[in-house]
Amino acid sequence: MIFDFAICAHVQSAPSATQDVAMSVEARERRQPWVLLAPALGAVTLLLLVPLLFIVVYSFWLRSAVGPDTAGFHLDNWQRALTDPFYRYILLNTLKIAAITTFFCALLGYPAAYFITRSSGNKLILLLLLMLPFWISYIIRTMSWINILGSSGALNTALMSMGVISSPIQMLYNEATVILGLVHFLLPFMVLNIYVSLDGIDTNLEDAATSLGATRWQAFTQVTLPLSLPGLAAGGLLCFVLGAGTYITPLILGGPRDAMFANLVFEAIITQLNWPMGSALSLLLLIVLGALVALYNRYLGMSQLTKGLG
Amino acid sequence: MGGGGKMGWAAIRAYTILVYLFMFLPVAVVVLLSFNQNQFGSFPMTGFSLRWFEALWNNDAVMRAFRTSLILGLLTALISTTLGVLASLALVRYAIPGKNLITTILIAPILVPEVVLAVALLLFLNWLGIGKSFALLLAGHVIFTLPFVILVVQARLVSIRRDVEEAALSLGASPIQTFFSVTLPLLMPAVAAGALFAFTISFDDITGTLFWKPGGVETVPTQIFSMLRNSISPEINALGTVMIIITVGLPLLGAAIARQISIKRGM
Repeated sequence: MIFDFAICAHVQSAPSATQDVAMSVEARERRQPWVLLAPALGAVTLLLLVPLLFIVVYSFWLRSAVGPDTAGFHLDNWQRALTDPFYRYILLNTLKIAAITTFFCALLGYPAAYFITRSSGNKLILLLLLMLPFWISYIIRTMSWINILGSSGALNTALMSMGVISSPIQMLYNEATVILGLVHFLLPFMVLNIYVSLDGIDTNLEDAATSLGATRWQAFTQVTLPLSLPGLAAGGLLCFVLGAGTYITPLILGGPRDAMFANLVFEAIITQLNWPMGSALSLLLLIVLGALVALYNRYLGMSQLTKGLG
Repeated sequence: MGGGGKMGWAAIRAYTILVYLFMFLPVAVVVLLSFNQNQFGSFPMTGFSLRWFEALWNNDAVMRAFRTSLILGLLTALISTTLGVLASLALVRYAIPGKNLITTILIAPILVPEVVLAVALLLFLNWLGIGKSFALLLAGHVIFTLPFVILVVQARLVSIRRDVEEAALSLGASPIQTFFSVTLPLLMPAVAAGALFAFTISFDDITGTLFWKPGGVETVPTQIFSMLRNSISPEINALGTVMIIITVGLPLLGAAIARQISIKRGM
């Protein structure tokens, strides 16, 4: 098949024809990448960029009690989103929960990532253990804690059978269990990012430090730890942004008073059907988290982040 | 290395084991309890039984959710992988102006919090006359999985040498022939990985899905979510086990098969 084609091309190569072909090939070469990019770029533009601009406009509309929302330029939604003390409390509390979650992810994730990088054991199994949590469903991992901490869960059953308590203790549905669920969900992102960054560090550096008289601990804190900070930062950013944007975990593991900011968005859009208000609230969340990403991008660049994702 | 180093290493190892127990133990309990004979499906375990899986099989709502999730996942994987492979080819194989900006735009769906993406898409498509529907769900899943496919395929494409394609072209193959008989076969592992990734993410998604799904339609995660609202029943654990088998077992099986094939080919 390919051969036939080659012969044809040779037979036809009269001088003028060659020039024509060369021209059109060049033109096609230049057009081709855009033809290939068009579907994906078109999809992102139509399904993300334009919709984002649309909700910017929508956030200035007003909800009508009956009929369609009133178009126009009203600042009411934004005024409420920015000044309502309840919204502000939830926003700050969301950031607090995300920060605590990120801290615990780093605390648990760093030593584990370090062990995987430096272990001389079976690397394949360790890496599999690293990737496996990503494949286990988020909702399953979140609800699995009900089996552990619920009133007829493993912990209560064990404590009762040992006679420590006589009736089940209520351990679920508070802020602590929301953080627990988030740490459990986000820890793999942290471990993976730190692993990617630690794996790129030459181990000779640490050996050089010890041979020059540093203790192992000094070699770690003064050589390896600083070099792995970009990975820690990338993991931290991912944990924080993903944690601050969740509403499922508080719904499953939190009590009625443990709503996070994304729960407000969900309430406004799905329950109250107040779409203009929902637009303003989701944009506020986007602005707050986007500012963090921009700050990160300014000082550390985006490449570290895509490294961990890819 | 002194004795202190060894002690320190042992401590790190113990710590890591604890971290992994924290990560996997709750999931292991889900799987364990799904085989529990006890009629409340909670502790203590009273014996091994498949009754909860049988109950799932006879639960129409669950089976419907499964069908929805499967169709949605397959269509998402198909569309997302096609768009992603084409875009990756353009990004890796051609010198185009503004490549960084284009990459950022294509990755944007994972840089925007999913809740915000969900709201924007729902409101915009609704304004265009497409309300909560399967089409909206599909559009949402495609846009959300596209960046992952692009990242995976691009990483692989960079490692395929341009020479091989140029050889085919210089021997007279057309660009399209070259793509199908040279580039695509070499790219197949990345295409498969991208498709699998897209399927799993779609199959697992709940954050966007709760915004986009029409009333009465459930995917497996939203079905689990609505079952949780009543109470934790042993059926949920069984459903969880099935989901773990699909999202963990299938990729592992795929990787094992791919490895066998590449060993046979002597690669």
